[in-house]
Amino acid sequence: MISAPDVVAFTREEELEDELCSEPPLPEEYSVPLFPFASHGANPWAKVASSKFTRDFILISEFSEQVGPQPLLTIPDDAKVSGTFDLNYFSLRIMSVDYQASFVGHPPGSAYPKLNFVEDSKVVLGDSKEGAFAYVHHLTLYDLEARGFVRPFCMAYISADEHKIMQQFQELSAEFSKASECLKTGNRKAFANELEKKLKDLDYTRTVLHNETEIQKKANDKGYYTTQAIEKANELASVEKSIIEHQDLLKQIRSYPYRKLKRSDFHPYEPEGALDQANAGCDQDLTTSDLADPGETQLYAHVPSYTPKLIKAKSAKCFDKKLKTLEELCDIYFFTQTLDQLHQIERTFRGDVCYLLTDQISRALLKQQSVTNFLFEDVSFLDEKPPEKQYRGCQGLSQDAVDRKCSEESPAPKVVISLGSYKSSVECVPIKMEQEIEDPEEPKMTESIMFEHQENLDYLDADIKGSISSGESIEVLGTEKSASGLTKSESQASLPVSPSPQVGRSKVGSRRTVSEDSIEVLSTCPSESLIPEDFKASYPSAINEEPYVDDEEGGLHFTPKLNPDNADEQEDISKRENLVQVDSACCIGKESPNFLEPLPDLGQKPCNEDGVVRIPPQPYRQVEPGLRGSFGSFPSHDGISGGLLPYELDSRYLTGSREVSKSSLDECSDSTSYISSAASTCSDRTPSPAHLACQASERHKKKAGQNALRFIRQYPFAHPAIYSLLSGRTLIVLGEEEAIVKKLVTALSIFVPNCGIYAKPVKHWVTSPLHVVDFQKWKLIGLQRMVSPAGVNMLHTLSRYSRYVSILDADSKTLRCPLYKGTLVSRLADHRTQIKRGSTYYMHVQSILTQLCSKAFLFTFCHHLHLPISEREPEESVVNRRMNFLKLQLGLANEDIKIVQYLAELLKLQYIQEPGQGVNPLLRFDYVPSFLYKI
Amino acid sequence: KSSVQTIGEEQIQNPYTELLVLKGHQDIVRFLVQIDDCRFASAGDDGIIFLWNAQTGEKLFELHGHTHKITAIAPFSSSDASEEKKHLILTASADRTVIVWDCSSGRQVQKVSCFHSTVKCLTVLQRLDVWLSGGSDLCVWNRKLDLLCKTSHLTDAGISALVELPKNCVAAAVGRELIIFRLVASNDGSEGWNVLEVKRLVDHQDNILSLVSVNDLIFVTGSHVGELIVWDALDWTKQASECNFWDSSVHPDVQPEIKLSQSPNETSVQHLTSDEECVFAAVGKGIYVYNLQMKRVIACQRTAHDSSVLHIERLPNRQLISCSEDGSVRIWELREKQQLPAEPVPTGFFNMWGFGRANKQANQAAKKMQENTPVYFLELVGDLIGHSSAVQMFLYFGELGLATCSADHLVILWKDGERESRLRSLTLFQKLAQNGDLQLKF
Repeated sequence: MISAPDVVAFTREEELEDELCSEPPLPEEYSVPLFPFASHGANPWAKVASSKFTRDFILISEFSEQVGPQPLLTIPDDAKVSGTFDLNYFSLRIMSVDYQASFVGHPPGSAYPKLNFVEDSKVVLGDSKEGAFAYVHHLTLYDLEARGFVRPFCMAYISADEHKIMQQFQELSAEFSKASECLKTGNRKAFANELEKKLKDLDYTRTVLHNETEIQKKANDKGYYTTQAIEKANELASVEKSIIEHQDLLKQIRSYPYRKLKRSDFHPYEPEGALDQANAGCDQDLTTSDLADPGETQLYAHVPSYTPKLIKAKSAKCFDKKLKTLEELCDIYFFTQTLDQLHQIERTFRGDVCYLLTDQISRALLKQQSVTNFLFEDVSFLDEKPPEKQYRGCQGLSQDAVDRKCSEESPAPKVVISLGSYKSSVECVPIKMEQEIEDPEEPKMTESIMFEHQENLDYLDADIKGSISSGESIEVLGTEKSASGLTKSESQASLPVSPSPQVGRSKVGSRRTVSEDSIEVLSTCPSESLIPEDFKASYPSAINEEPYVDDEEGGLHFTPKLNPDNADEQEDISKRENLVQVDSACCIGKESPNFLEPLPDLGQKPCNEDGVVRIPPQPYRQVEPGLRGSFGSFPSHDGISGGLLPYELDSRYLTGSREVSKSSLDECSDSTSYISSAASTCSDRTPSPAHLACQASERHKKKAGQNALRFIRQYPFAHPAIYSLLSGRTLIVLGEEEAIVKKLVTALSIFVPNCGIYAKPVKHWVTSPLHVVDFQKWKLIGLQRMVSPAGVNMLHTLSRYSRYVSILDADSKTLRCPLYKGTLVSRLADHRTQIKRGSTYYMHVQSILTQLCSKAFLFTFCHHLHLPISEREPEESVVNRRMNFLKLQLGLANEDIKIVQYLAELLKLQYIQEPGQGVNPLLRFDYVPSFLYKI
Repeated sequence: KSSVQTIGEEQIQNPYTELLVLKGHQDIVRFLVQIDDCRFASAGDDGIIFLWNAQTGEKLFELHGHTHKITAIAPFSSSDASEEKKHLILTASADRTVIVWDCSSGRQVQKVSCFHSTVKCLTVLQRLDVWLSGGSDLCVWNRKLDLLCKTSHLTDAGISALVELPKNCVAAAVGRELIIFRLVASNDGSEGWNVLEVKRLVDHQDNILSLVSVNDLIFVTGSHVGELIVWDALDWTKQASECNFWDSSVHPDVQPEIKLSQSPNETSVQHLTSDEECVFAAVGKGIYVYNLQMKRVIACQRTAHDSSVLHIERLPNRQLISCSEDGSVRIWELREKQQLPAEPVPTGFFNMWGFGRANKQANQAAKKMQENTPVYFLELVGDLIGHSSAVQMFLYFGELGLATCSADHLVILWKDGERESRLRSLTLFQKLAQNGDLQLKF
């Protein structure tokens, strides 16, 4: 299963290929090596040959308070996957960049320990030496026995391809956030349970102590207290205090989801469809924190009966006890759920990044074709939730409304220059303090107000600066390579304990405590001193060229060069520049030059030799329809080093063309592509399904494509048969053997247009006589030929309804159907095609059908082709115009017109269909003569 | 082998290129009745009446009330000037009830269940605002469903057909007799009517199956043994009769062989329809066109279908539609034969007509006939195949299409695909404008 994509290239398709082209192979001396380095075991896609693992995997690590960073488990759980890759070392690396755990425990001025509900942090980390790049998701789990009650963990997606991590950042982040949310929900449940147990213990201890004290009191009535009695009293007092503390903790943990729910964009992890309840919980009264989210209270409710234990006054030292495992920390149900999710993530992101990107792009584009996409697209695809929803659950506290809007509407990558966030983080310091308020009711109110306030601040910031500065911030922390003069260990240490920037750090930290997710690009690039001077000079202009997103209009603008606000900005920048120069060792100070440095030349060389991660994450964003038009204007801005946009476009085109060239390679010869997957050393390069849901259909596509390919090669009359399907005439595949008929039906099903958004009108196997209703419902039917009297009856009905159907006889290899003289189908199904793989052929078919759809769309939605321009215009002239359009404008010949007309009818029916009431299935037909084709 | 004329798959003149199957009935659908411009009702042996939208095929109402099969159905629209036009339908069933339904609400208005026998026919006399029910006796009802008067018990078999005649008269087919009744206003009341038997006509040899009123002067009856009699509507005298559809001597194009195979069953006049000039008779498997002026059959299609023709109708565009037990519906066109006395008639043409070798003598005879009178023929212009069992009836809706009902429990709506496509485009652009999608978005 896991290695399926690799295997497929060598087995199934190969066999078939051999079978199909029986020509003797070319003598070896005449054959040209397809790829010059193929013999060396390299492949053109292997950029990082140094990586020590074979494919992408997910690593879960913990920063243990006893032994330090340690790897816990990998997904897939297979030693071969990580190979010689040093998981311990990498754990150390990824755990050392954790910024989220700011402070937990007794805050100054507070009597009780506070749980800090920190947000997960998301970091991208690269290690060119190891050839490993990782998306690292830090999270904190609660453990009563741990120091400060917290246990820092992280989940990392490790790949040898930095492009993949960067380009899929948004998706990875969304998916990992979901998994993290699941894990944390389970953890909160477990933590609450633990607290309850502890409270019972304490309660019991108190009773015991109390009794003992009473007994002692009674025992000596001398009027003075023994030391023993005083000790007992002290002990009792400390237990009392402990009880209060723990009760407070319990209250806090229970109030958590409820507190989160106030944010509209927060979606708690729901085990099984309790979402409605949760939403109802939003509106509930806020007075007591016990009135937490019903979903979670329910979870906490079922605590098994527990016999309290006596607690010793002196607890054991932390090193003596064994820390809880991840399973113990988290409710088992949620733990397995999380693992399932992680497995799914692994599957989803398996494969080459260009495949993933192309898939995402085509998906997003298809989603926009809302009028026509039902015709030939997968039903499963259409059922999918819109992408915005997928992101919702993970946004958490960090994404305020402005940001969401920005990110949804901006076609450009979410480039967040830390300039803005840096500034706003300074402003946010006092706000952070507001969070720690005793009253369980009060803080929430103020908090939300503060949040709003902060949002406004951010928004304002964004407005003034012309940059998108709220929400996630990308910070590039440069760690010096040993080459830069610092020793390795220093570079490691420099991350958390960088020499000077205590101020800066605490600011960043506090900001995160409030709301931020941070994306940090840690590159092991040469230190700042090595950065060429001209980069520094260029960055202010780069900022000016940043895309400015106006969330009100939803349009994309560029801030003009001479924006009055820019003066401010310039000042700011120069200030920062000063800061950089003054404190060159400050890693935060460095972030900006480091980050901006690659911008101007990103378009030219997106990847550097040293494998440094420099490309900012650029998720594919769905482009709003209105924005499409403005794409055309980009190149004009491009001239003045247009920020990131040109690159964004470039890269998209690049990946696009890469994919194209790949598929054309596929078309010419399969050998290259399989070499690539065979020789793949760094990560799993074989295209794999991007979405689990589609995995089955992917296989189906492949199979259908292969069968179709075989069909068009085998049957010289494939064209009229396909024409029948495309023009809406039911095709009946008649045969005795179910397997053969079903195979043919599967093959032909890729040509059948859908009549609605329901399942394809294909019936694989029918044994009863057909009726007119069946032709209305099904457009492709596999029919059993029987030798009984019933069979005769069936043939009789077939000949009776012959005007509605084309009949493909699988046994005698004949076809009875109308004549086809068009040109379209011959492009669709050329029996001399060089395509050999089923999936390639499927894609070829899809592309031609998509072309066809666009023609049908044009035809359907041109007003004057269907309706008279003026009142008096006779119908004939409209008909003439229509035919002229079809013939001249769309370049259709003969029967091709009927195909487009049929598709247009389907489009019309789909469009005018009233929601709620289904399409009245109607049968359209023509009175045209049929012919009998034989092999 | 079959002498039935067939048409190839290419049917240029057949406008029906789209069909909608209307499902709902659970038994044979026997009746279709038009309610207004775009609605019709279907009823059959399952006792359920469905109201349909003829344009969209949408099921409007499902009327339940009868426990047995429906035996007669008639539309009954009020003509009250005061209120808006109210569409009612009357249905009679084998459960010996008649129910009045309101078509706009789909509710049962009233139910009459005082019948001694099954009502087999219903006729509405719009002029008098009364309706008649015919079973073993003839009853006259007003709009409020008050029984105004009734005849004495006529026969156990009951009235099989009723037709309105001028001067407040009705002709009722009772077995082989044709009885003329007259409605006379009762002397006492304002709204009372009395029904009087005026005349009994016993010219038919066998049961009268069909009865049609051509105009104010003429009505026509047809019997089981293939007699067709033209009556004067005012004095009820026989004006003409045609009783030998199977007799070759009358027709130029009849072969002696066919005569032998003719059985009375195959010559029964199943259905009659007419326009001003002609009466169209469905006789056995064939269709005959009888010209009232010439008093003879001017064109015929002896074997128009594979089995009995159940219903025929004349379309305004000189076309004729027939449906048959063989499950098909055929569209015919009455055409004038080209007068080409000099040229010999090609044999292929005659083949089409159902006789193999051109009979020289017959040909000669035909030529003689052609000399003074135009000769017509029925040409098959299209057929509609969809039903898998006998097509009981059809209803022509003009440009909205054609509804057919059948023993396979289905009602099929046949439509002009071109027109529908145009209408859909219109709807599409209306919807686009409505949704505001026509505005350019930037």
